Amino acid sequence: MSILVVFLVLVSLISLDVGASGASFPDIVVAALTGRDIEATDLVVLWDIRMPRLFMGVLVGAALAVSGAVMQGLFRNPLADPGLVGVGAGAGLGAIAAIVLGAALPSGVALALGNYTVPVAAFLGGWLTTLLLYRISTRNGRTSVAVMLLAGIALGALAGALSGILVYKADDSQLRDLTFWGLGSLAGATWAKMAAAAPLIILALCVAPFLARALNALALGEASAAHLGIPVQRMKSIAILTVAGATGAAVAVSGGIGFVGIVVPHLLRIAIGPDHRFLLLNAALLGAALLVLADMISRTIIAPAELPIGIVTATLGGPFFLWILLRNRSMLDL
Amino acid sequence: MIDASHVSVSLGGRRVLDNVSFSARAGAVTAIVGPNGSGKTTLLRAMTGDVAYEGRVSLDGDDVRDMKPWDLAARRAVLPQATRLAFPFTVYEVVRLGLSAGIEAGQIDLVPVALERVGLAGFEGRFFQELSGGEQQRAQLARVLVQVWSPMVAGKPCWLFLDEPVASLDIGHQLEVMRLCRTYAQDGGGVVAVMHDLNLTSMFADSIAMLHRGQLMAQGKANEVLTDTLLSEAYGCQLRVNAIPDGDGTFVLPHTASLK
Repeated sequence: MSILVVFLVLVSLISLDVGASGASFPDIVVAALTGRDIEATDLVVLWDIRMPRLFMGVLVGAALAVSGAVMQGLFRNPLADPGLVGVGAGAGLGAIAAIVLGAALPSGVALALGNYTVPVAAFLGGWLTTLLLYRISTRNGRTSVAVMLLAGIALGALAGALSGILVYKADDSQLRDLTFWGLGSLAGATWAKMAAAAPLIILALCVAPFLARALNALALGEASAAHLGIPVQRMKSIAILTVAGATGAAVAVSGGIGFVGIVVPHLLRIAIGPDHRFLLLNAALLGAALLVLADMISRTIIAPAELPIGIVTATLGGPFFLWILLRNRSMLDL
Repeated sequence: MIDASHVSVSLGGRRVLDNVSFSARAGAVTAIVGPNGSGKTTLLRAMTGDVAYEGRVSLDGDDVRDMKPWDLAARRAVLPQATRLAFPFTVYEVVRLGLSAGIEAGQIDLVPVALERVGLAGFEGRFFQELSGGEQQRAQLARVLVQVWSPMVAGKPCWLFLDEPVASLDIGHQLEVMRLCRTYAQDGGGVVAVMHDLNLTSMFADSIAMLHRGQLMAQGKANEVLTDTLLSEAYGCQLRVNAIPDGDGTFVLPHTASLK
């Protein structure tokens, strides 16, 4: 774990140093320490562009990885992902609707939301889809994880179809926005956006450790978890709602960034085992570090232009994940 | 004392347990027997709160419906028929899950002791999913044992609910596990076990409840319940009970059975 902390700090420092502008982080620090004048533009680049972006990367990465780990524990399936329970598709539908139909909003609402129309719509879409799913799969006070998984696929398909109709109606510039949003990016990071997303994500990160023992017990099945003294239903509700909130917030500010939620917990399970008491915290650290790293690549590789971060996570994550899987095939069949 | 009174369970519109009253006392091994589909496991699952039921189940006087899960977990542990584990936990981690639910939660050194008691000494580092079926069942038994390690706590008994604890074991381990149950009961705890093997049941059970088509046929000592008439009716074949020459053991040999 200490390795992960060092890794995260290192990646963070480097990420403050690199970017399209020539501003150099060590130079600025040295200047600040020795009392030399710092160029105003450098300070702006550092404080208003790279810093919020770094923190956003940390928060979103941690949120996605921890949400993935919690969902996998809850569904007792290493392939589960917040995307599966409709958050992804719902948030996507919300965002697409905002981009394509945003002009039709009453001017008062549009004005009040301003640049936040898309994130707010995405969050609402993800959150509402999850609530709906939760209602569908809860009967007589018991939430069926199997029903939730299947209904999630159904609702996801429906949201995908509606999104498809909207995409069909979209004009060229809207299409570009849609594509960029769909692939994910931290480019729009501002302190204000971060302040909006941070509470939900931090809440989930704080709640997650308390779910660890319950998630471990749940690996034996719901009945056995209950016999081990876990209030299973309450724990499921808490897990689903906090994860939906955190993922919704993350997707709202950064778009659809794939792979982190599945790959990070998986790597950690191979490295340190499946015990959620260690898994969740480490997932937050590794998720944060990997996303900051991916963001760094996304904004330097074709500088001054930027690659959507989803492309980076997928091109690097895909083959790497495959390599890990092939090396550990015997463990996965367990 | 476990007291299940007038318990009925319907699954998918079919009444699988019909007005069954059953009791088990601490300090004894109580077995539930009966043919396939007679409702043995359902009765156990009703008593452990895994299926919705009509009627009342009490644990030493307290209605289990009113008890908090963590309070129940400190007083009784449940062994399911089989466990499919979702992630590659080691045997040590599985047993520790049980430990953390009981009142001995801090006594980490109980894990190897429990494993040794079920004949799995040195298995701590093995992956649970790599064990054979019988070994998995014994690892689960170790988990259940450490959850309610002391048979008596503050003058009150603790309980083991076991669903076919020996079904997948070889004869040596069957005896080992049944002796373990007997010791637990002799030390003041209560053991309720769903059993298939009538001979092991007759050897180790202080009280036997026989179910047939969702109803309780009889409950009592081995020589009262394991009789030619009751067995033949319940199992649908002519069974003859024999007795060990100089002892009070009852046994049933399939060789003596003829189809009706």
